[in-house]
Parts: sequence; C-alpha cells; structure tokens
Amino acid sequence: MDFSTITSDLLSGFLENLKLFGLTLAFSLPLGLLLSFCSMSKIPPIRWLAKTFVWIIRGTPLMLQLFIVFFVPGIVFDAPLKTRFTAALIAFVINYSAYFSEIYRGGIESIPVGQHEAGMVLGMTRKQIFFKVVLMQVVKKIIPPMSNEIITLVKDTSLARVIAVAEIIMVADRFTARGMIWPLFYTGVFFLLFNGILTLLFGAIEKKLDYYKV
Amino acid sequence: MTVLEVKDLRKSFGSNAVLKGVSFTLDKGEVLSIIGSSGGGKTTLLRCLNSLEFAEEGTITVNGEVMFDGADKSKHKEKDIRLKRLHFGLVFQQFNLFPQYTAKENIMLAPKLMGNESKEQIEQQTDALLERVGLSDKADYYPCMLSGGQQQRVAIARALAMKPDILCFDEPTSALDPELTGEVLKVIKGLKDSDTTMIVVTHEMGFAQNVSDKVIFMAKGVIEEMGTPEEVFEHPKSEVTKAFLANATE
Ligand SMILES: Nc1ncnc2c1ncn2[C@@H]1O[C@H](COP(=O)(O)OP(=O)(O)OP(=O)(O)O)[C@@H](O)[C@H]1O
Ligand SMILES: [Mg+2]
Repeated sequence: MDFSTITSDLLSGFLENLKLFGLTLAFSLPLGLLLSFCSMSKIPPIRWLAKTFVWIIRGTPLMLQLFIVFFVPGIVFDAPLKTRFTAALIAFVINYSAYFSEIYRGGIESIPVGQHEAGMVLGMTRKQIFFKVVLMQVVKKIIPPMSNEIITLVKDTSLARVIAVAEIIMVADRFTARGMIWPLFYTGVFFLLFNGILTLLFGAIEKKLDYYKV
Repeated sequence: MTVLEVKDLRKSFGSNAVLKGVSFTLDKGEVLSIIGSSGGGKTTLLRCLNSLEFAEEGTITVNGEVMFDGADKSKHKEKDIRLKRLHFGLVFQQFNLFPQYTAKENIMLAPKLMGNESKEQIEQQTDALLERVGLSDKADYYPCMLSGGQQQRVAIARALAMKPDILCFDEPTSALDPELTGEVLKVIKGLKDSDTTMIVVTHEMGFAQNVSDKVIFMAKGVIEEMGTPEEVFEHPKSEVTKAFLANATE
C-alpha cells in the first residue's frame, strides 16, 4: 500500500462525499425556499405544519434522521430504498432544506417593509416585487449564513458512513482496521482543500455584490 | 376641474380612530400641503389614497371614477387595487430606493414591468425625468453612492415615471440634513410649474405657505382648517390651528 494508491482510494471515497454534497445542494436550496414560503404563509395550517417540520428536523440529530430514512421504508412499508446512497441523499435533503428555509426566512423578513411598499405603489405585482426587488437583497443578506451552512454540509457528508455509504472516512477506516492510522488523519486534507475553495468562492461572490448595500 | 374628491374618510387601528371623517377636493394642477402635529393621521391619509391601507368608511374618487368606497364591502382584488394605485404616486420619507439598481434602473423598473411602452420610449422618458430632477450625471450611480437629497430626487423621478394623476409626498425632506432640503423642495416647485397635481405632507411651513394653492391643517384625525395659504397661515379660525402655528413658527 503506497501513498498514491491510498490517495486514490481516499479520493474515490471523497467523490462520494462530493456527490452527496452537490445533490443535496441542488435539491435543498430550492426546497428550502419553498419551505420558507410555507413557514411565512398567511394560511395558519400551512404555517404550523412547516414550522413543526422545521422544529422536528432541527431538533433531532442528522445521524438519527439517516437511520430513520434508511430503515423505516423497509420495516414499515416493506419497500426498502434502492441504495444506501439514496437514503443518505433523502435524509440530507430533508435536513438541509429545513436549515436553509430558516436562513431564507430570516433574509426575507429582514427586508424593510418600505421596499415592498415602494414596489406596490409603483403598481408591481407581488411576484414582481419578490423577484425584481426583494430577491437580490435577500441573496446579499444570506450569503454569510449560507456559506457557513454549506461548509458544514461538506463536513456532514461523512456522517453518511453510519448507514455504510462508502464515503472518505469509511474508506480510511478500512486502513485503520489493517493497522494504518495515518490515512484517517489524511482525510482532513481533502476537506480542508475543498472548503478552502468554497471559502474563496463565497468571498468572490460577496465581493461581486459589493456594489450595493442593503 | 376636480381631479380628486375625498369624502368622509374614516379609518381606525383597533380602537384608535385615526381618520374621523376627512373630506376635501383637489383640482388639476393644484398643490395641496397638509400640515399638522405628529400622530394627526397625515401619513395614514396618504396611505389610504395609495391603497396601502383601507379605510372603513368614505369614498375616494379620481376623475369621476370611484377608487374606493367604504360601503362596498366586497373583497378588494389584488389586480384592481394595483390598477387603482396607478392613479396615485407616493414619495416616501425614507426614499425607499431599490439598493441593487442604479438611479436610472430604479426609474425604469416599474414602467418596464408594466410593459405598455417600448424600451426606447422608457429610456427616453427616464433620461428626461433624470434631467428634470437635475441628476442626468448620476444616472449610473447606485443609491448608496448618492446623498439623501439626490436619493429623494431619484425617488421623485421614479414616482413620476408611472405618470400618476396625483403625486403624494410624505414629509419628503424630514429625513434630510437641513442643507439638502432646498434641492428637493426646488424640484417639487418645478413640478408645480409643469402642472403636476400634488399632495405634500410637510413640516416645512415656508414651503406650505409659498408653494401651495391649498393648505390643510390636520389634528387628531380631523381637518381643523382648510383654505388658501393666506387663510390658514394669516387668518386661522380654529384655536388649535393658532396654537400649532404659534408653536411651529417660533
Ligand atoms: N399600522 C398601524 N397600526 C396601528 N396604529 C397605527 C398604524 N399606523 C399608524 N397608526 C396610528 O395612527 C395614528 C396616526 O398616525 P400617522 O402616522 O397617520 O400620523 P402622522 O400625522 O403622519 O404623524 P407624523 O407627523 O408623526 O408622521 C397614530 O396614533 C399612530 O400610532
Ligand atoms: Mg407621518
């Protein structure tokens, strides 16, 4: 077992992490927005449902949610999910939608009512006000909390190992079982590098939106 | 010609009666100043005109068309409200420009979304508006790069872009440093000269006296005094008005 074989083994594990990361983002960013609208809905039952959902998801460990998504379909409905990865993805999407929805809600509610009213007196529709006036201000406001949450997501993907998704730490653990401990520590480099890139990216976006203040 | 007729408008927030039967009319090209002490209901009146609030009783008629009728309890449809709003424009105390757009984009946004005119028409009209408020050289500036007075002038141009029948101002200079109020008041005076019908809620007594055709003094939800600037400022009838003016001019 030389360094380069181990590196490439770990890399293939890390690709699993990245796949989980990317797909989770792709689904939970829009779903979170939808959920945030529900939690701000004028219709009380929708609002309560959304808030209860967010409370449950944020109030329980992601690890437990992984177990539930993985086991419950098989035990209760006799319809086990096709793959472990799918189970992990579903749990992550549910979990992160809840977190993102709270960030969106905070952002949307922080936009002064005067912005809405300015749009209204100019004859804009509610949709136009949201998309043309409010959205870009919300985007700017939520970039810092979003960056935080997204970087947490990168690290959280390794939790998928609890349902035996072959992500990087699980791969490294196989070496530990054979008496090699350093590959486990080496996994940190992958996370650090990737999060370093993300940090630079978010910094660039923030800089790009520097031209206006909200 | 009567542009606006407000009849017996009543509005309360919970048990707090804020407008207790407000009636007045406004002719085309007239400038009406509304003065009065804090909490008198001036902002609420403007918000009712612009359908940001809805009164419980009374009517609002523009060019003979009923905009609002408190007796009609059917639900206000969003689309109808939107169309009715276009008869009025509102300039806010805090400007409320859209921070992510340049001065020019702020002015063009609503006409573009309305989609009644071509892009070239809107551009042309926007350039003309910028010139009218003296900001042609600031067209591509973002609000955060403009002074308060300049922002308010952009806000005025933005409201004019929708060609309202009646342009309302809610204390347009109250959020400004004293040395910046002049430039905004000058723009409003300029609009008067081009025959824009306006309602200006203001604490600038000099402006109310010199620029308006009609002055209303409002206190505790009622019109205490209404008349020409001369009538209201020189010969007020009500004791409340006298006391207010004595206070305001000291
Ligand atoms: N959205 C609201 N909910 C409850 N009460 C309100 C609301 N808006 C205004 N009020 C109340 O209505 C009354 C009149 O307020 P309004 O803002 O119309 O007065 P104003 O004449 O504009 O005063 P100012 O000179 O301070 O701007 C006040 O007592 C205020 O507390
Ligand atoms: Mg007010």
